[in-house]
Amino acid sequence: MRITINERPVEVKPDETLYQVAARVKPDADLIIWNGFPAAADQPLSEGDEVVLIRRGEQPAPHELEALMAARHTPGVHARLKQACVAIAGCGGLGSNVAFSLARVGIGRLILADYDVVVPSNLNRQQYFLEQIGQYKVDALRATLERVNPFVRVESHRVELTPENIPVLLSGADVIVEAFDRAEMKVLIIETVLTRLPGRPLIVGSGMAGYGRSNAIQTRREGDLYICGDEVSEARPGRGLMAPRVAIAANHQANQVLEILLGEEQP
Amino acid sequence: MIAVNGRDTEWREGLTIRIIMQENKYTSPRIVIKVNGHVVRQEQWESYAVQDGDDVLVLHLIAGG
Repeated sequence: MRITINERPVEVKPDETLYQVAARVKPDADLIIWNGFPAAADQPLSEGDEVVLIRRGEQPAPHELEALMAARHTPGVHARLKQACVAIAGCGGLGSNVAFSLARVGIGRLILADYDVVVPSNLNRQQYFLEQIGQYKVDALRATLERVNPFVRVESHRVELTPENIPVLLSGADVIVEAFDRAEMKVLIIETVLTRLPGRPLIVGSGMAGYGRSNAIQTRREGDLYICGDEVSEARPGRGLMAPRVAIAANHQANQVLEILLGEEQP
Repeated sequence: MIAVNGRDTEWREGLTIRIIMQENKYTSPRIVIKVNGHVVRQEQWESYAVQDGDDVLVLHLIAGG
């Protein structure tokens, strides 16, 4: 019977158990992950099982790093996400948070587009750091994502998106995430994607300013267009954008990306 | 009869998107219109003739991100 351990095929005897194989292959492992979940007890193995053995505190060898990082993904899921490409239009509060989540789940390729640089007032909600002030957002984000998951290919465009360049720059993506600040830009990308890239799922953020009312933020679908937010709370003088609610909306978007790529999960 | 965001609305000859917008006091430029699931771009609102039975979706986009 054949299973994989740290991404490598290993032959096991039919009566060999999880703990026996772990002791044989990596005796010093103190974390045993079996099919995406930490094993709480010894158990029999089945053909095709995916086992990851980790020793806490040990820096993994380069060849096994990806398997160890993906150990908490459900088998099969990671392979599908790795094939996918997602475009993120705008790298502010929504876009930087969407990018973090999608890099952590191991989306194979991300296309980032933004023309702006990091300024101090971005740090209240956007995934940048003090020392990145002044850098182009796409460059700063790309560098940080590399530290989160080096197996994601990040393609960055320092550009203002327009009806002319959107179909060109974003057409390689399976799913497009709208992550602009200005509502006029949201209208522009919706009109452009729905008419120039018909059938391409587009996930927009609309209404996430202020604080509280977590459960007012929802995802709803209108054909190929998905809308995440409360569709009411406008960012305006007296009601700014704050990290928690922006990240809630951003992760509604990232979660919808997964549902489109993987299909709806059973409860 | 047409539907505007699911609400039954009288239809008449010559009805355009622009007229629907004016009569419903939708003044914001931050709106996307879909008719029967297809986007009608802003530059077409003046001329786009809404047909009897059409399903019109008016989507307001909210600033912030």
